[in-house]
Amino acid sequence: MSLLDVKDLKTSYGPVNVLAGVSFTVEQGETYALVGESGSGKTTVIRAIAGLAPAQEGSVTFEGREIRGASERELRPLRKDIAMMFQDPVGSLSPRLTIRSLITEPYRIQGMKDRDLDAEARRLLEMVNLPAHFADRYPYQLSGGQARRVGVARALALEPKLILADEPTAGLDVSVQGELLNLMNDLRERLGLAMVIITHNLNVVRHVADRMGIMYLGRLVEEGTTEAIFKEPRHPYTRCLLSANPEPDPDARLERIALKGEPPSLLRRPKGCEFRERCPFAQEICSQTPQWEVENGHGLRCLAPLG
Amino acid sequence: MTESLLEIDRLSVDYETARGDLKALRDISFDVRKGEIVGIVGESGCGKSTLISSILRLTAPNTRFRQGAVRFKGEDLLQLPERKMRNLRGADISIVFQDPMQTHNPVLSIGQQMLDIQHRSKASKAEKRARAAQMLGAVGIPDPEARLAQFPHEFSGGMRQRIAIAMALMSEPDLLIADEPTTALDATLEVQIIERLQELQQEFNCAILFISHHLGVIAELCDRVVVMYAGAVVESGEVREIFHDPKHPYTRRLIDCDPGHIKERARVLPTIPGEVPDLANLPGGCIFRDRCDQAMPRCTAEVPPLDQLKNGHHAACWLNHKEAAE
Repeated sequence: MSLLDVKDLKTSYGPVNVLAGVSFTVEQGETYALVGESGSGKTTVIRAIAGLAPAQEGSVTFEGREIRGASERELRPLRKDIAMMFQDPVGSLSPRLTIRSLITEPYRIQGMKDRDLDAEARRLLEMVNLPAHFADRYPYQLSGGQARRVGVARALALEPKLILADEPTAGLDVSVQGELLNLMNDLRERLGLAMVIITHNLNVVRHVADRMGIMYLGRLVEEGTTEAIFKEPRHPYTRCLLSANPEPDPDARLERIALKGEPPSLLRRPKGCEFRERCPFAQEICSQTPQWEVENGHGLRCLAPLG
Repeated sequence: MTESLLEIDRLSVDYETARGDLKALRDISFDVRKGEIVGIVGESGCGKSTLISSILRLTAPNTRFRQGAVRFKGEDLLQLPERKMRNLRGADISIVFQDPMQTHNPVLSIGQQMLDIQHRSKASKAEKRARAAQMLGAVGIPDPEARLAQFPHEFSGGMRQRIAIAMALMSEPDLLIADEPTTALDATLEVQIIERLQELQQEFNCAILFISHHLGVIAELCDRVVVMYAGAVVESGEVREIFHDPKHPYTRRLIDCDPGHIKERARVLPTIPGEVPDLANLPGGCIFRDRCDQAMPRCTAEVPPLDQLKNGHHAACWLNHKEAAE
């Protein structure tokens, strides 16, 4: 049994079909990355897992229990086990609470009255390498990197089994980004955490994720181990994404495969393969609808795969 | 081709605050030649934004220009009357900002906004409209005529940033300042934008001052690079020199930190421990010494000058002084 099992998850906002059936699993201690362009539905997936976005169809099981459509009351105990790190580090911290209150809020919400909150605050700050006197600060007094670390501390407060992290390094300087990723890697190893991480920075994915799924228009189009996908992407969309990754070397002339145009509107999903109109490798067969096929643990939705 | 278009000459800028003067820029010197793309790299707080607002003279009221000059085509912009400065902005020097979602007026159509910014031109309305459509086409917006009638919210983020570029280039400026224009965008859009900028730069032959903390983008786009740290230039030179033979420990560490060139999965990514020094209370000597693993006694005692090491490659580090390194 997987720690998290998402099956055929579907979300619509009125006529807009944001998730058109997403399935993946995350094992204990594993890091799974969701990758794709803006609007591909990555954030909706993790918000739906956490019960923060609706999901009309499909199932989400956590430790074998169905949690899709759970009520707020049923979700509350679950939030001990599933923590979320939000995209905007400063915006996700209430501006009028001190860092101490912010990182110990989970204990209060869960009614854990036996805890010494000052001691917990010190422990958590130490865990994310922030000095203890930061407990008395307010969010506006923090830099972006420090606010991120407070976000990590708060997510870890209740010792969750799964962390859902939405763009945890967006907007950070490279040196600070390294610090945060090292911290997350370290905590994962020590605490055996599982993580679902959303990012469009492929350089980050390579260093933190065990497996990755590539999303396009609310569906997975390819999935596999990070190593296999970086080495030999099979879906043309994955190949385009990987080639659009500027390297810090002026002599690196990548064989760049240009993506044509913009993602189509979710209100007018293309017939057949939904990537066909933008695909530089499209063939006649692509007017048919590709099915999800798995071979040796590598999932693919493409009728004309590469390599 | 070596004609200087923009010349920043020993510029120092302070912010007056209750805690004392914040030394935001110290002794900055570099130049941008005609038709060249110069990248400015540096992390948060290195003074990139102060530098841009100083060039455009759009600084906060507590800004004090302590020394130096910002010469554009030989004329010091810091001495120019405001009226002349206003004629320069958006005409000879234009800018593309970081956040494409906030640079357009949400209640006016894109076409209207593109007409408005041609207020200096004496062309007829129809001509201005045609020009606007032509520029939209040039940045790759399909069906430009029809899209002029649409409002900002009807465009995606990548399109909005391309429209911002179209608007900035409409006056055919000699200098385009691009302030982290791709930071808010996806990797695929980022690539689209930098490729488009390269094409347009060829077509319009304008110089670009490109500010970014994304080393991959700088490496791909720029001819020369200026590396800034805590309000000072620590290194500058040809893009290949900077990336292949960096002469300042900060530049070297910054490049090492970029996970883009670490091909194998790393358990521990390199970082630069420590923090940027307090600009209101600067330590003596080299500003990077507290975070530098090669610091020597001399680094505490004296500020290293920005030396020319070889043709066009400058760095401010005592390690490059042979007698000091011994």
